[in-house]
Amino acid sequence: MSAHAAEAMHDDDHGHEDLVENNYMKVPNVKLAIWTFLGSECMFFGSLIATYFFYLDKSITGPLPGEVFSIGITSISTFILLMSSFTMAMAVDSAKSGTMTKSRNWLFITAFLGAIFVGFQVYEFWHFVHLGLTLQTSLFGSTFYVMTGFHGAHVSVGVIWLIMVGILAHKGNIPAEKAVMVESAGLYWHFVDIVWIIIFTFVYLLEFAK
Amino acid sequence: MSAKLHDIEVLQAPEPHMHFERPGKTGLVDWLTTVDHKKIGVLYWLAGTFFLLCGGLEALLFRIQLAVPDNDFMGGETFNGMVTMHATTMVFLAIMPMTAGFANFLVPLVIGARDVAFPRLNAWSYWTFLAGALVINASFVFGGAPAAGWTGYAPLTGAQYGGSGIDFWWAGLALLSASSMAASVNFIVTILNMRAPGMTLLRVPVIGWMMLVIQFLLALSFPPVTVGLILLGFDRMFGSNFYNVSMGGDPHLWQHLFWLFGHPEVYVLILPAMGIVSEILPVFSRRPLFGQTAVIFSGIFIGFVGFGVWAHHMFTTGMGPVADAAFAATTAIIAIPTGVKIFNWLGTLWGGKLTFPTPMLFAVAFIPIFTMGGLSGLMHAAAPLDLQQHDSYFVVAHFHYVLVGGALMGLFAGSYFYFPKVTGRMMNDTLGKLHFWLFVAGMNITFFPQHILGNQGMPRRIYTYPADAQWDFYNMLGTVGVVVMTIATLIYVYNVIVSYKKGEIAGRDPWDAATLEWLTDSPPKMQNFDFTPIVLSERPVWDHKYTEGMEIIAPEKAEAFHMPSYSWKPMISSCFVTLLVVGLLLNTFNPGNWLWAISAVAAVGVVGSVYAWVSEPV
Repeated sequence: MSAHAAEAMHDDDHGHEDLVENNYMKVPNVKLAIWTFLGSECMFFGSLIATYFFYLDKSITGPLPGEVFSIGITSISTFILLMSSFTMAMAVDSAKSGTMTKSRNWLFITAFLGAIFVGFQVYEFWHFVHLGLTLQTSLFGSTFYVMTGFHGAHVSVGVIWLIMVGILAHKGNIPAEKAVMVESAGLYWHFVDIVWIIIFTFVYLLEFAK
Repeated sequence: MSAKLHDIEVLQAPEPHMHFERPGKTGLVDWLTTVDHKKIGVLYWLAGTFFLLCGGLEALLFRIQLAVPDNDFMGGETFNGMVTMHATTMVFLAIMPMTAGFANFLVPLVIGARDVAFPRLNAWSYWTFLAGALVINASFVFGGAPAAGWTGYAPLTGAQYGGSGIDFWWAGLALLSASSMAASVNFIVTILNMRAPGMTLLRVPVIGWMMLVIQFLLALSFPPVTVGLILLGFDRMFGSNFYNVSMGGDPHLWQHLFWLFGHPEVYVLILPAMGIVSEILPVFSRRPLFGQTAVIFSGIFIGFVGFGVWAHHMFTTGMGPVADAAFAATTAIIAIPTGVKIFNWLGTLWGGKLTFPTPMLFAVAFIPIFTMGGLSGLMHAAAPLDLQQHDSYFVVAHFHYVLVGGALMGLFAGSYFYFPKVTGRMMNDTLGKLHFWLFVAGMNITFFPQHILGNQGMPRRIYTYPADAQWDFYNMLGTVGVVVMTIATLIYVYNVIVSYKKGEIAGRDPWDAATLEWLTDSPPKMQNFDFTPIVLSERPVWDHKYTEGMEIIAPEKAEAFHMPSYSWKPMISSCFVTLLVVGLLLNTFNPGNWLWAISAVAAVGVVGSVYAWVSEPV
């Protein structure tokens, strides 16, 4: 390399170390992909939640939200989902410190808690249908079932994802340097959790603050 | 300009040691299982060109209907199906895939990478796109094309009006949305993380930047329309009430969700063409791009503001003066970065040593024709004026100037410019010039009179008109222009085929260009580069040839690296996703027959194929 070129390399504002390291953003590809995907998901849930509020109080037939919501049951399922974020954090922590068996156990516990949340949601839907609220009943029925249903679908995908990562960890397919696989699943899981906190606060709790 | 110091052709490094998990395949299997971004790019481009011809044929058919007043060549329902499919095809199945072709082929090359960040996900995007395209077009065979216009306004798409075509339409678009989202994530990571050593963000060529901006637009703007389509699907499949006015539903909901996607989408269509033009003009002006950084930041600015203008499509819906004023202002603001780009292109040409092979002709013609479309667009920003122009042929003229004269001509320019890199052969310049002059003539003959037609009051989407409306002369001109454009496009297709077989051998750097893709062989080897190039400026290949002390040095030692291997998993996974959607469609047409079970089985297949995918060694 000529002197001029070498000088130019050192003058480069990224410094010499980055020139050999392709990882410009200091974030592994998989993690950056998940972050980008979650940005996209924000717009997805943003649109669904906006649709719910666009049609809030516009239903022309009942039952209305206040007549079907049971704050007690939903609080329990919300608490369970929140706890699953804690167990997820433990799974990521164990994976980062290289204890994959521990990480695997935390992953399965997280998936189990997520499955319980989905179970609660199935019960809630069943219960609401018995109270006379279906997808076809009213705008509230349509917006509520589609919004929370897509959240539930995301939790279900997350459960499958966690089980897959757990199985791979169990089979020894995730060495410590690939802890980012656990971390990525964790990012998604926490995101789905946050979306639920928003839905729980603005859809359920606000109904009781009225 | 000084003489050449170094020749790019003689730059050689020792054959690298490449590691593959699985040895390569040949023939058809190779194309079905490939994860090579260059082959996937070619597949996208071929599919886009095929659907360009389909969309053109649809236009030709409805232009025959409009050629004379009171024509009965086709009925109103067929006409509506033709215009709906023409627009849907041109936007989603022609221009976007051709753009995706350029993005796939070029992005890793211009940033000096060996492939995209997730090669198998890239293949998945392609197969899912193709499935979506086939699902939309399957409507022709099963019960008729969608006929609600490409904007699919509720309640025209509702169960009581829209036929089965709408089901194919929303389901196909949902597949395209999944494909675009996967691709956008993939390319954002690729451009941000996979750049060659020394290639800082501001050294990424303009085409790379424009591709990056549109990936952000796709990632953030597709979800709203996906939600809109899902709600439409729920209304049609399960009887929910989102767009059902009798239950209190509001058709504005669809318009907002659609245009929140739809307006960023027009920048998805035009920015890549602007990127291509920004690459071509400097090469044939023998000057660097004037104010490259300004061009890049204008593109970013257009991307940002593009999210704040969607409701200018809805001035006639009665949003109120505050919303109208706000969206009029943001729309007018977009003209500023666009103007910056136009002046930068002019600045590049000014004082340059211009030559005019076909790609340069298209690139230069792009500037005034796009500017005309941009100016009529700016007129729509004024809400009171827009009330007059809305739903008239003036609007049709506007968006065809930006999408045909802008996006499509930019893609034609890129096709002539990059053809030697893709195939190793030059395109025939005489046929190219014939294509250019016929196409430019045809497009202006068709679309310029439509400004006048619009001002005379001819509405969009009418299948015939009375003779005493006095619209017949310009409509006949429009049809003649479309015939001329059709001939031009067929010459182009003929040129592609002939040049692929018998074109002049190109060599690495036929245009004496400046950026990294010209450093490597034509067509590039699977690994793109035998050695990792170290980038010292925004014009590495130019500087290698013409600047003392800025040579690219090939290492004497062979490099060793790992390359992604072929895989069946993306296509299999994509097939299951498609089957899931097809199951839902079958269930819609034959409710109560347990046909949804197909979707349930397909869902299990998706999970299984994804597990096989992640367990597969790469």
